Amino acid sequence: MLFVPGNNPGMIQSASVLGADCVILDLEDAVSLSEKDSARKLVTKALRSWSFKSTEVTVRINPITTVYGPLDLEAMLEVQPDILLIPKAEVASIQAVESRISAFEAARGGEAVRTKLFALIESAAGVEYVHEILESSPRLEGVLFGGEDYTSDMGVARTMGGMEIEYARNKVAVACKVHGVDAVDTPFTDVDNHEGLLADARKAKAMGFTGKAAINPRQVGIIHKGFAPDPVEVRYALRVLEAMEEAEAEGKGVFSLDGKMVDAPIIQRARQMVALAEKLGMVKASNVSREGGLV
Amino acid sequence: MRVTRTAKAGTLESNDIFIMVSPSEAEVVNLELQSIVLAQFGRQIRETILKTVAARGVTQVSIMAQDRGALDYTIEARVETALDRALAEPGVIL
Repeated sequence: MLFVPGNNPGMIQSASVLGADCVILDLEDAVSLSEKDSARKLVTKALRSWSFKSTEVTVRINPITTVYGPLDLEAMLEVQPDILLIPKAEVASIQAVESRISAFEAARGGEAVRTKLFALIESAAGVEYVHEILESSPRLEGVLFGGEDYTSDMGVARTMGGMEIEYARNKVAVACKVHGVDAVDTPFTDVDNHEGLLADARKAKAMGFTGKAAINPRQVGIIHKGFAPDPVEVRYALRVLEAMEEAEAEGKGVFSLDGKMVDAPIIQRARQMVALAEKLGMVKASNVSREGGLV
Repeated sequence: MRVTRTAKAGTLESNDIFIMVSPSEAEVVNLELQSIVLAQFGRQIRETILKTVAARGVTQVSIMAQDRGALDYTIEARVETALDRALAEPGVIL
């Protein structure tokens, strides 16, 4: 998920060609107080008129407790981006957004709003109550963890090693898994440190995050590399699915591959890995069940 | 409707347009346009600006526009923002 300043027409225009799966048009931190109206208007017009092609579009609104948050939300509901990112997420703020969206739907004769919500968890309370937050709206389909504001709230220094955010990352990743939603890791703020970013992306993947935020287009490819599955593992996953199909055709309940029994968790993991490999263009969808489907 | 206060929106960055609206003495819409693509798209940019002003119901205003290659939706956004700022009641947060 790549952050793009919401008041920058050039960056909004090129957002869909920067390689990110999703762009976050930012109305909050990237926009000065005197330009909030201008950015809101520009993003609204862009969502109405501009094609972002297959790139998912998220809009980060201002906190709902500020004077700008409700104005942003009202404007975004008219154009309904794919996702709304709710900053400073806590139970009360998500409920406030949920209630405004429900009122909007009711005023439109019950027509459902298509926009999903992502909670931006960036406070100690947000981390501690992440389960309650995820239960506070059925529209929530993901969490983005914000390490900078979180460490600021904790009153601790942000370090390269990231020890100070380890607990929060683990807690967010596990909670997202429990609730079946996406977990997106905090951005890596040193945009020139590509090796550090790659290591950080791999760490996030190992923790269970499904993606990572980027603050510079140059970070996108490195994050994809960090989250890409090992080709050897993808080949094995393809063989598992192929063996499963053969076993099903023969009416076998259980089967083995390379002398090891394959059970439900292994099949589930193989399916997830192939789906991710497909998304990253490592495997052709038409070759999913054949070994050698890697491209 | 007439504009009684000066207001600005946009920037001089690439792909953007800077708009300044101010009161006009005559009941007309005066538009002064500069653009890096004036020869190719000057007429289209003028039309977009004037259409946006008319849609807002403004009939008396002076507009100075400096275009840096903005697309139509950016032009509309910047013109509307400038007009909203000029027409807003003092103290109202936009």
